[in-house]
Amino acid sequence: MEENKKKNADYAQIEARAARRKRVTHGIIYVLLTLWALIVLFPFYWMVLTSVKSYSAYNSEYIPKFYTTSPTLENYIEAFESVPLGQYLLNTLIFTVLTTAIMMVVITLAAFAFARLQFRGKNLVFTLFLSLMMIPNELVVITNFTTITNLDLRNTFPGLILPSVVSVFYIYLLRENFAQVPDSLYYAAKVDGTSDLKYLWKVMIPICRPTLITIGILKVIECWNSYVWPRLITDEQAMYLVSNGIQEIRENGFGRENIPAMMAAVVVISVPLIVLFLIFRDKIMEGVSRGGTKG
Amino acid sequence: MENNNRKAWLYLLPAILFLAAFMVYPLIDVFIYSFEEGYNFASQTSFGTGWYNFSYVLHDTYFLQAVKNTMLLVVITVPVSTVLAILIALGLSSIKPLRKLYQTIYFLPYVTNTLAVGLVFMILFKPTAYSDGLVNLLINWFGGSSVDFIDGPYWAKMFVLCFYTIWVVLPFKILLLTSAIASVDQSYYNAAKVDGTSSFRIFYKITLPMISPTIFYLVITGFIGAFKSYSDAVALFGTDLNAAGMNTIVGYVYDMLYGDSGGYPSYASAAAIILFVIVLTITVINLLVSRKHVYYS
Repeated sequence: MEENKKKNADYAQIEARAARRKRVTHGIIYVLLTLWALIVLFPFYWMVLTSVKSYSAYNSEYIPKFYTTSPTLENYIEAFESVPLGQYLLNTLIFTVLTTAIMMVVITLAAFAFARLQFRGKNLVFTLFLSLMMIPNELVVITNFTTITNLDLRNTFPGLILPSVVSVFYIYLLRENFAQVPDSLYYAAKVDGTSDLKYLWKVMIPICRPTLITIGILKVIECWNSYVWPRLITDEQAMYLVSNGIQEIRENGFGRENIPAMMAAVVVISVPLIVLFLIFRDKIMEGVSRGGTKG
Repeated sequence: MENNNRKAWLYLLPAILFLAAFMVYPLIDVFIYSFEEGYNFASQTSFGTGWYNFSYVLHDTYFLQAVKNTMLLVVITVPVSTVLAILIALGLSSIKPLRKLYQTIYFLPYVTNTLAVGLVFMILFKPTAYSDGLVNLLINWFGGSSVDFIDGPYWAKMFVLCFYTIWVVLPFKILLLTSAIASVDQSYYNAAKVDGTSSFRIFYKITLPMISPTIFYLVITGFIGAFKSYSDAVALFGTDLNAAGMNTIVGYVYDMLYGDSGGYPSYASAAAIILFVIVLTITVINLLVSRKHVYYS
């Protein structure tokens, strides 16, 4: 009896100690995770903060303040008035929407052919497609630059869009998804006299909508942030996308010293994607872990 | 099943046309370019074929500087970001409350424009006439003296570039590692708990082997990505990377092609092919090493 009680007490003590240790480790983990979260968030905080400080206030702070008592929107007005920020945003929007839309059509048709239709040489063509996945963009960009220049498509939307409307990786991803749709649906549709195109539109696409949306969002992010190709192909300000616009602002706009206005432009450019991310958080994160590359 | 040859090719036609025009043809063309000596973009003529372009590029001090920068960037950022991502993912996996919030925050850099946020980093690190910048303020606070991280000494510029690169690539790695850790079979951990195994041993003997395929995947993509880095450097140091001494191999390719120093697609092609060979070699080495160390269930 006595001994049992003592044992229980001992056990309770051990448990208490383990619980305490767990609390301490968890505490340390939370502190470290918060530290990294601050490092990630700080640049965002700083850009918003700087963008609402007035020009004179910003430049009079030798030691930058971590807050401001008199926020102002004048930098945002300045950002839209003294550089064509609205034009950059519009260009990027047109580029993003058109590229994504055309790509979706092209890859859906190709994925459907690979997943559903029978034809001679299918495996060979599919293997060739897959082997193209290994070709780095840097290798083909040189000739594409020459091609677009020779076609006189510099500073035009076709020149910007055409080279990036097909992605072998997304064809592959979509084909895998299409292949999961049961064959019986296809035969049933065939018996009813449905055409292939109608079957694709009415059956395949609705069933595979989650994958299509994921691919679309990933492409939108890629387009919104693309920098290298637009830089090569546009040298007129009227055709700049936001990345090139921001580089232009940095080098020539506002006068180099007007950092608050610069930050206002940066906020305007960053907000659309951050909003998109907050709305489609789960879709984006799931999509990136399945098909993202950046890192 | 019936054969529908013609229809299938019709469905494939757009994809094939675009791939042929913008991938297959350029791929062949880049090799032709690289062997055409003295190719002139304006008159589209060359005066011979041979290895001259490669020899030119390999003797160009700008290229050698770019190779050095890229190598340093790879050697520093790949290990640091991978280890950091593993630690953060482990931390994330061991907590419950607020986990989603942290995951959301950590993922933010992935969806931001590299050029735009790079500008913020530049401002944080750069001393100007008005202010030494926030980072220098912190350094002063700890008793150090100010450093110009953007136009100053090489190591300082390299530090900012590595720091920014790591900041940009971590979201992807954290995301993949967190889901890899979450998919480890819980019964292994329960068995270890019954045996009273220490948590370090659990990590080393269970978690690490189980997530090793993901780590390995991240190392390979990390190498490839770091070798191709370019826009991070532009964001921090501006478009004239040669003048800043911070060019990367990809930056060298684009500078040869276009801009103030451009107009030499042959040199650009040679440099791009050299880059491709380097990346291919490293990837093959990675694959060989992984055969020994990666556990595939």
